[in-house]
Amino acid sequence: MKFKIQRFCHHREPNMVVIDYEVPLEACTLLEALTYVKTKVDPTLTFSSGCKSEVCGSCSVRVNGKEQLACGYKLQEGDLIEPLRYMQVLKDLVVDHQKAQETLNRVVGWQAGISQKGDMSIDEEKRIELQSDCILCSSCFSSCPVLEVESSFLGPFALTRNYRYVSDARCEDEKEKIDVVQDKGVWDCTLCGECTIACPQGIDPKNDIMMLRTKSIQNGYSDPSFTSGGGFGSDDFGFNPSF
Amino acid sequence: MYDVLIVGAGGAGLSAALSAHQEGAKVAVLCESYPTRSQTSMAQGGINAALGNVEEDSTALHIEDTLKASGELGSKKMITKLCEDAPKSVRWLESIGMPYSRTQEGKIAQRRLGGASSMRACYAQDFTGLKVLHTLFDQCLKEDITFLNEKFLLNFVVEENVVKGVTCLDIRSTNVELYQAKTVIVATGGYSALYYGFTTNTNQSTGDGIAAALRAGAKLSNMEFVQFHPTGLKKSGILISESARGAGGKLVNQKGERFVDELKARDAVSRAIYAQIEEGNEVFLDIRHLGETFINEQIPQERKLAITYAGVDPVSEMIPIAPVAHYSMGGIQVDSEMMSSIEHMFAVGECASSRVHGANRLGGNSLLEIISFGKMAGHNAAILSTSSDYVEPSEKQFDSDKRFIRGVYNFTNQIDFYEKREFLGKICYRNAGIVREDITLKAVLSALRQMQREFPFMGLGDRSTTYNTNLVEFIKFGNILELGEVLLVNATQRIESRGAHYRIDYPQPHKSYKKESISWKEDGTLCADFKRVTS
Repeated sequence: MKFKIQRFCHHREPNMVVIDYEVPLEACTLLEALTYVKTKVDPTLTFSSGCKSEVCGSCSVRVNGKEQLACGYKLQEGDLIEPLRYMQVLKDLVVDHQKAQETLNRVVGWQAGISQKGDMSIDEEKRIELQSDCILCSSCFSSCPVLEVESSFLGPFALTRNYRYVSDARCEDEKEKIDVVQDKGVWDCTLCGECTIACPQGIDPKNDIMMLRTKSIQNGYSDPSFTSGGGFGSDDFGFNPSF
Repeated sequence: MYDVLIVGAGGAGLSAALSAHQEGAKVAVLCESYPTRSQTSMAQGGINAALGNVEEDSTALHIEDTLKASGELGSKKMITKLCEDAPKSVRWLESIGMPYSRTQEGKIAQRRLGGASSMRACYAQDFTGLKVLHTLFDQCLKEDITFLNEKFLLNFVVEENVVKGVTCLDIRSTNVELYQAKTVIVATGGYSALYYGFTTNTNQSTGDGIAAALRAGAKLSNMEFVQFHPTGLKKSGILISESARGAGGKLVNQKGERFVDELKARDAVSRAIYAQIEEGNEVFLDIRHLGETFINEQIPQERKLAITYAGVDPVSEMIPIAPVAHYSMGGIQVDSEMMSSIEHMFAVGECASSRVHGANRLGGNSLLEIISFGKMAGHNAAILSTSSDYVEPSEKQFDSDKRFIRGVYNFTNQIDFYEKREFLGKICYRNAGIVREDITLKAVLSALRQMQREFPFMGLGDRSTTYNTNLVEFIKFGNILELGEVLLVNATQRIESRGAHYRIDYPQPHKSYKKESISWKEDGTLCADFKRVTS
């Protein structure tokens, strides 16, 4: 099986190269192939991995331009492996996840107080079940075209986590949580759905963002692209010159 | 300088961090990657607490089951402490946002795991560990806990038997760093990666904190006890949760014969499967009769894992399985306050031997331990830090570790350590795993000691000073060689069978070994002894 890896190291000259590899493995995962290369061919190849079973979020990379967990992806002939986007590449396939993870602070992605609620219905739990499957692999972050033009966009997984806590029956600070996703948040999303395709856990951040828009409207916010340049502030209902 | 420095950011480390922070201590968590990537994320089955939400249960039964599984090596006092605290821990998680699965009445759902006399494990589908971990992590973000990410522990700085901090390798720069702290909590996980290629764990589970504690003079206990999970996927060792058997999954061989009561404790089931495999049979987990709806609802991850890693859909096919190393019961010996034999050094979670699992751990008790005892360790460390003066350590350990790392870059690399790691995994699994005997244990020990001698000739294939994972893996291999020796020595000396330790030459327990094994180093030499479990 032949495949290619885009490698980077700031010590090397040139610092970015694409190298061809061949591994004598059939029907293997990408992680098995990477491990084979590191342990038997070239120990300088650098990548992250952990659980080997798609739940720790360590080994996300891009395969032919699409985000995949190396441990869950079956390698195909000729695949091109690259690191995730929008995060600084530290070496080869390893990126600095710090920046992406800091978005979790901005969305207040946690339960604010100690809840005394106790029992919860099955329906209440189901509302947050899928969203709480998130493994923070940053695949959706890397897939998001908005981040290409707006690097301070909150990004899909942080908004999903915000929605997960907003929709939690134990939430006591909905207004505050909705406040913080207005700027560079829910309205900046183009609803292209790339994040939903990228998610290895089958989470649908696009849908979560749409739900957050609805909640935003319920909390008195409106889509800024309608209010700017006239909109509801003036008399020209129905026709928005900025469109 | 920190009041409480926690090494490891799994469930135990994060619980400890939250609780120490709550006590007002200045806390930092040192983490070899990022906090949500720990082994805790892989725990599937559940967290035990005698809530009696689904069927009648009591704390007394929980204590009894845990004691029974421990093969007489558990401490009744510690087990009682754990089981009594269990409902509180489970509800604490609920109060901070844990999304448990629910019963029709809206209570926390519970299911049966092996060795339990009631449906006791609280769960969130089969993502229990993942959701516990992320709930804790989110709270850590809320409390603005300091994380020192991508720092790999090298050694503890210990002077006059008091810990003063840690040295670590900054993985990004390969610089050695020193962090000083009044108290240190070791929460670095287990050592199942000794069985490389035959474990549900990540290859990073090399017991780094335990090895560093051993070097620093701490006592370890019960290192010979490693639990083999009955149902790893045959080819990859990836875990298929016990909840699949708890729900009625059957174990059968290729002839369709059942050969063991599936709900026995893990050690018994693992041995039965291993015996089948030794006879030349293949073993399968059959959950087809549970139906697609149940599988999707209760154990969705199992289906996904079986499809990806074994190429079979458990809705319509049987899953080929083999028992693999899953959890190491042994570790840093701690007292009832979670303090090790080194003052101000606490240990908690899989890296600790807190006398609750003894010779064998009950499913659902490890998540419980990391929460209950994690919080206790954090609390105790914080209290101790406020009442103690701090005397700066000398630069001795720091200098020595800097020299060591520089030295490693000059090792000759004549021998490939990756090849040795794979070989060691294989011989340990075959000879020091589920079934052991004197002659094979000694053969493995001699092979391992040869590797220890060859260590300086192994060295690095990557001499870069940026994000050098080859360097980290090499040091980890050194750690596993150090702990593997302890395991093999203890296993050789325990001339009986008890819990997860099964000796084919001595298949019965013997009352003279109703003791825990203790290991420590004196001037670099390994010493081992047995000590009776009191209370």
